[in-house]
Amino acid sequence: MDKVLIIMPAFNEAANIGKVISAIKSAVPYADILVVNDGSKDSTGRIAREQGVKVVDLPYNLGIGAAMQSGYRYADAMGYDIAVQVDSDGQHPADQIGDLLRPIAGQRADVVIGSRFLGKGEYVPSLARNIGIKVFSWAVSVITQQRVTDPTSGFRSANREVIRFYSRSYPEDYPEVEAIVLLHKAGFNIEEVPVRMEARTGGKSSITPVRAVYYMIKVLLAVFIDLLKVVERGK
Amino acid sequence: MQAIQLFSITGSIIIYLSIIELIRRGMLKERYSLLWLFTTALILLLSLWRGLLDKAAGLVGIAYAPSLLFLVIFIFLLLIVLHFSVVLSDLSEKNKTLAQDVALLKASLEGGNAIKKDRN
Repeated sequence: MDKVLIIMPAFNEAANIGKVISAIKSAVPYADILVVNDGSKDSTGRIAREQGVKVVDLPYNLGIGAAMQSGYRYADAMGYDIAVQVDSDGQHPADQIGDLLRPIAGQRADVVIGSRFLGKGEYVPSLARNIGIKVFSWAVSVITQQRVTDPTSGFRSANREVIRFYSRSYPEDYPEVEAIVLLHKAGFNIEEVPVRMEARTGGKSSITPVRAVYYMIKVLLAVFIDLLKVVERGK
Repeated sequence: MQAIQLFSITGSIIIYLSIIELIRRGMLKERYSLLWLFTTALILLLSLWRGLLDKAAGLVGIAYAPSLLFLVIFIFLLLIVLHFSVVLSDLSEKNKTLAQDVALLKASLEGGNAIKKDRN
């Protein structure tokens, strides 16, 4: 049986994280859960500990990329076979985790991305977000020479080799899109599986058309810089 | 001797002495002072040796020789700013790794062993 770690980066998620953890516990009881508390100002860390899961408290807010990498470094050090990254805000349903594990356990892929656009669920993004995702999807598909429909999805799983790769270096600024490009450069097998996602419950999206365009350009630039980088797969 | 020459000689001597004093007091690491010392020495040389400045300016096609000094200073500032960006990137990467190490170590004190090997 593979040792599975669920990595949950969390920044001020006190409102949701309790429910999310208990849902994961009942959906995948065989998996360990690690909450990476990225310098939250609220009671995120305490709530997670009350649920009996492992918590890593970062000393200050390091940002999503560095928080995620902390989780992978933990997974690497503790010898996990599979790591699944799940958002703490509840948008990644626990009952979908099994679908992300299967291609890794069956050794068909090194890394699996849960896609909202492969016919499961009825997620409809806002216009600005949709255009952004389409552009990234196009760019990433051209670079990797395979169809990637949901490059911004943070609902993913990784095998041991990818865990090690991530623990050595993980993109910081726009990690979801950049990670795919770096994984491709390192020669890993990437597979997308259809998943259902929930609409965000708390908080509202801060995307305005101007910001969306600005964000898009920054991510594309970061991706082009990634193409220049020396990437070592390691062993 | 023209006023501009006097000005640049005095200026570069003051900067040179300031840098040496900063190193002496341990406020500037030698590693970061090399570029400063080198450029200040070059400016001092060009200020003292007017013939060299004129010749160098003629070589690169600059009509008013003292403006070559500005060019040298400008290039130097560009280099040092680039150098700072590199140092800053390195420091922020190291800082991130340290923060993660501290967090993982604290977590391992709570139970289990989160860090079993070093990464460099």
